[in-house]
Amino acid sequence: MGDQPAGFKELEHTADWELLVWAPDLPALFVQAAQGMYALAVLSVGPGPRCWRSLDIQADDPEALLVIFLTELLYFEEDERLVFDRFKLQIVKPNHAERYHLSAILFGALAASPGKDIKAVTYHKLNIEQGSRGFEVRIVFDV
Amino acid sequence: MIHLQDLKKISDYEWVIPKAYRQDMRVDVRLFATRQILEKVMDDQSLEQAANVATLPGLAGPVVVMPDMHQGYGFPIGGVAATHFPQGVISPGGIGYDICCGVRLLASQIPLQSVQDRLSELASALNQHCPSGVGTKGSVRLSEAELDRVMVDGSRWARKQGFATESDLRCTEDNGRVDGADPGRVSKRAKERGRPQLGTLGSGNHFIEVDVVDQVFYPAAAQAMGLEQGNLVVQIHSGSRGFGHQICSDYVNEFQAAVHRYGIQLPDRELVCAPLDSPEGEAYLAAMRCAANYAFTNRQILAHQARLAFEQALAGVVPNWHLVQVYDIAHNMGKIETHQIEGRPVKVCVHRKGATRAFGPGNPALPPEYQSIGQPVLVPGSMGTASWVLVGTAASMAQSYGSSCHGAGRLMSRSKAKKAVRGENLRRELEKDGIHVRAGSLSGLAEEAPAAYKDVDEVVETVSGAGIARKVARLRPVAVIKG
Repeated sequence: MGDQPAGFKELEHTADWELLVWAPDLPALFVQAAQGMYALAVLSVGPGPRCWRSLDIQADDPEALLVIFLTELLYFEEDERLVFDRFKLQIVKPNHAERYHLSAILFGALAASPGKDIKAVTYHKLNIEQGSRGFEVRIVFDV
Repeated sequence: MIHLQDLKKISDYEWVIPKAYRQDMRVDVRLFATRQILEKVMDDQSLEQAANVATLPGLAGPVVVMPDMHQGYGFPIGGVAATHFPQGVISPGGIGYDICCGVRLLASQIPLQSVQDRLSELASALNQHCPSGVGTKGSVRLSEAELDRVMVDGSRWARKQGFATESDLRCTEDNGRVDGADPGRVSKRAKERGRPQLGTLGSGNHFIEVDVVDQVFYPAAAQAMGLEQGNLVVQIHSGSRGFGHQICSDYVNEFQAAVHRYGIQLPDRELVCAPLDSPEGEAYLAAMRCAANYAFTNRQILAHQARLAFEQALAGVVPNWHLVQVYDIAHNMGKIETHQIEGRPVKVCVHRKGATRAFGPGNPALPPEYQSIGQPVLVPGSMGTASWVLVGTAASMAQSYGSSCHGAGRLMSRSKAKKAVRGENLRRELEKDGIHVRAGSLSGLAEEAPAAYKDVDEVVETVSGAGIARKVARLRPVAVIKG
């Protein structure tokens, strides 16, 4: 983990891509994970008109929510070539509710250029850990 | 962390991780590897991942790992696991996101020396006819109803459209069509992703390669396959594209809850699984088979496009520019098969994750031309190095659930490869060695540099030494097309 309160770093993986992500809170962790995934795939926002999309997803735990969130971002890129660089993101688990709920507004534009293919976001050893400095997770992408 | 001293040596080519290594292991892990190969993979997670697989419920025998093993996600690449059918489990992550990814080999009667000065044109024609790269759309436009037919009929659909011959179908694993596919088990999003991508190569380690038959080791088998020393052949490596990736993602998500419902404890969430006879297991199996049929059709259309490219570049240059299919095999699949386990036939679901089916001679699943020699096993090497054609043996049936290796196997991470190799330099070196390269991305080319992979010859020596495959021919590349 670097000195910054939030960030991401690529880790060595023989065949696929692995990312270490850290942030002070859960929504920030998700945003860092998105930015890290875009960095691995060499995807950035192009100079075209800005646009936004909304996203509402639910899952049984934060790890599953993270996988679904990143998978949705990959689909926006494949389907519409959209990449996002600003996120208004909320994660809640209402009292007595069984599931975690993420709602987000994503701001971005068409990708500057085609990136690299990520087949999937995996659950391999996926575990969001909370420590004194905030949240940390390792994510493996199948490429 | 597992160490060499935790392993039991059976022979120079076979080792075992005893189930006593970890309390949660239900079976042994049988490793086909030399000491040198094992020493190379000690730094990554391959062996721990294999031990994790050995904890799956309902395993019918040892987990098997091939010498091209390397760290994956959930299963190691090169992993083979057989679970009892139908009471054992099926694990979508154990088959992988690129469902039915595989290799097709086409033979020709074209001597390399007669087209040496046309190879650059041939490489360009293949690059032009076979769409590659991220998110590329294919030349085939499918309606929703046609995609349903592809999911159910596989290569038979391609035959009806004029993209395949009867001989192509006969020389494809499962004749290019797996029974039991149900489009109703496939999500709307998977179908949306699948419709535009049929007939595309993709990116990453997928490729089309023109090779020359460099050496023949088993002349009778080479003759049965139409492989003649000095002649050109074509390899096509691709899979089920975004369609298969989406199906796997959908079911890995869905199975997260299923493991709780069935009380299954796992060391890794990517190994999520469900009993084969549960509603979840049956649904995944039916969807996976749709992806398998899609992948067979995808490679069939790419083969058709390759034939057009050969015609464009070589018609009139050589008298016979036709490509005849040798075989098409999957290396990411779940198959219901019967194997002899502890002396009796047992019906199992064989998960092959980065491993190739390798049925021995006399198996009824093989076409008549391969009955006496065994199933062709296609082992592409890293870019710029040799590839191999092998055949399955009686020993592969007895020791590895009729399976063998699928490639060279990565050794170096993609980021290390990019630091160590510059794409432009690599392309120059390959061209200097007489290999014509067409690549969508130079950094992608660097990630697939030969230095990033194990020595494929060492992998093949291992399966050959262990007796689970027999060498037929060695191929040498002369043109590579990458996404």
